[in-house]
Amino acid sequence: MRSIFSIALIFSTLRLATPLIWASHGGMFSERSGVINIALEGIMLAGAFTAASVTFYAGNPWIGLVAGIAAGVAISSIHAVACIRFNANQVVSGMAINILMIGLPAFLGGSLFASTGSTPQIPKENLIPWTPVFLAFLLVPATWYVLYRTPFGLRLRAVGEKPEAADAAGVSVKLMRYSAVLISGALAGVGGAYLSIGQSSLFTRNMTSGRGFISLAALIFGKWRPVQTMLACLLFGFTEAVSIQLQGVRLPSGEDIPNQFIQIIPYVLTIIVLAGFIGQSRAPRAIGLPYQKER
Amino acid sequence: MKHLSELLFPLIAVIAAFIVGGIFVLIIGDDPILTYQLLIGSALSWPDGIGYTLFYATPLIFTGLAVAVAFRCGLLNIGTEGQLYVAAFAAAWISIKLGGTVVGGVNYSWASLPALALVPIACLVAILMGAFWAAIPGYLKARFGSHEVINTIMMNFIGIALVSYFTQYYYKTPGDPIMETAEIGVAAHIPRLGSFIPGIPTRLPLNVAFLLAILACVLVYIFLWKTKWGYEIRATGANPSAAEYGGIAVRKQIVLAMAVSGGLAGMVGINEVLGYRYRYYEGFSASYGFTGIAVALLGRNHPVGVFLAALLFGMLNRGGIFVDAFTDHVSKDLVEVLQAVVILFVACEAFFRGSFNRFSLLRRSKV
Repeated sequence: MRSIFSIALIFSTLRLATPLIWASHGGMFSERSGVINIALEGIMLAGAFTAASVTFYAGNPWIGLVAGIAAGVAISSIHAVACIRFNANQVVSGMAINILMIGLPAFLGGSLFASTGSTPQIPKENLIPWTPVFLAFLLVPATWYVLYRTPFGLRLRAVGEKPEAADAAGVSVKLMRYSAVLISGALAGVGGAYLSIGQSSLFTRNMTSGRGFISLAALIFGKWRPVQTMLACLLFGFTEAVSIQLQGVRLPSGEDIPNQFIQIIPYVLTIIVLAGFIGQSRAPRAIGLPYQKER
Repeated sequence: MKHLSELLFPLIAVIAAFIVGGIFVLIIGDDPILTYQLLIGSALSWPDGIGYTLFYATPLIFTGLAVAVAFRCGLLNIGTEGQLYVAAFAAAWISIKLGGTVVGGVNYSWASLPALALVPIACLVAILMGAFWAAIPGYLKARFGSHEVINTIMMNFIGIALVSYFTQYYYKTPGDPIMETAEIGVAAHIPRLGSFIPGIPTRLPLNVAFLLAILACVLVYIFLWKTKWGYEIRATGANPSAAEYGGIAVRKQIVLAMAVSGGLAGMVGINEVLGYRYRYYEGFSASYGFTGIAVALLGRNHPVGVFLAALLFGMLNRGGIFVDAFTDHVSKDLVEVLQAVVILFVACEAFFRGSFNRFSLLRRSKV
């Protein structure tokens, strides 16, 4: 058992937590402004597919990363318009985007690369395995600073808590929410791009496999606050790292350790926290409510 | 007139989806008209096209009804995917345990019941398991106020992982490379429609579960509009505080609605395990649970609408396979794109209804 807990495990944890940190902090902007972002999963898929495709053609991961960000912003703008302009149910709109992004990459990739949903391998020298990891840990204080120390952050939080009051104080609720949702698209796009051009070297169908939802869970587990959310991401990244390390490891009795029980830890923890057993996790007050100016 | 206006917006949503899908087809260099001809033509041919369309529609009727019942109570059940997985596994488990399953000398079962006893028991177990899995987030919402959307998503992952554990460690036959359970006893099989309705070929997997799905539509209608429980569920969905004030136990309704919703989702297991594969098979659901959201929304959370919407999506699933095989570039993933656009349009409907009202083109219909 000793060999499992090593330096390698720490590095593995950091790398596995990275996409979660990007996506959950993206979700934080959106949700603190009052827009539920269940679409994180789909946005990550958009980022992952676009980054892998563009990196393959351009031969440069930075161009790929920028393209991944652009794709995240583009997809999240659909969510933003549906929720803010058309007052759509935010959960329903998010689910639509998730379904869209299971189908669309495979649909486009099928014709671009003549394969069912995966992009070609990207050579190793064109990957960015570590830079997004460092940047993720800069993102956390940056998010904290923006949300709690700038007028923009104050307005964003106000819009998510009491939109009427913010409106009365002259803040444009819609503008704040649009920018928050687009920021969340950019950040989740980085998280997705890191999956395809950082952690692995190609895009495969539905490669996020629930990481968008885990990011959402981390956001709730971290009570919609930057540092706590980062810690939640590290915890969830750690459980994933352990579950990978334990594959094929056998107990002295000769039985292997069921992976499934380690995989469900983040989900069980989130349910427990949401029920209020480990401190209160309170959502922004105006979350999920479309705002209409009184006439 | 009321019914006509109810149909108008879903129709617009479907047409819009086909237009958007057509644009994507054009982008990747195929002919949209030909693609759609292939898609619809292959799904409406007799008997195979229609038979498979109805077969693919069956799970969607169940999940669509499930989402609709929860919606009527003001709840969004995103967990139908997890509910149908645990229910399908439970159906397979009880059919193995009571169906006399012996594989390679290993006896998996406790008893060997006759079909007349085993089939109803297996159906009931599937329904109860789905109901139980959905009642948990319902209870958490009623007791602690935690949001059912997040909890049902979490329960999806937990359910799928647990079922995968039981399959891998207890019910997989030795040496089987696929993650699936042992085969269920023959007594638990439910017949294909072709075996007793003349004119339908027996090669079609369409089975009795389709008739159960129609029955479920009728029962859901009676439950929601003709019983006290259904009335209380709808009252809770329309306005929880008014319902509470009117003496309805809102918390109880939330748990009840979720349980009914989960039970309906669990019935997918009847179609899949007892009627088609005769075993639990990991990853069998082609996201039926999520398509159920589209079905319920497009069907306006009404059993008749759900039935029609499920037929549409069943048709797309059937036709998608042909499009995949017989066009140069278009893959069956087109179906998911169409689904997503339908959901987006229907989700934005409230706004358009508002603007219709403003110009008094359409009067708002009462629910």
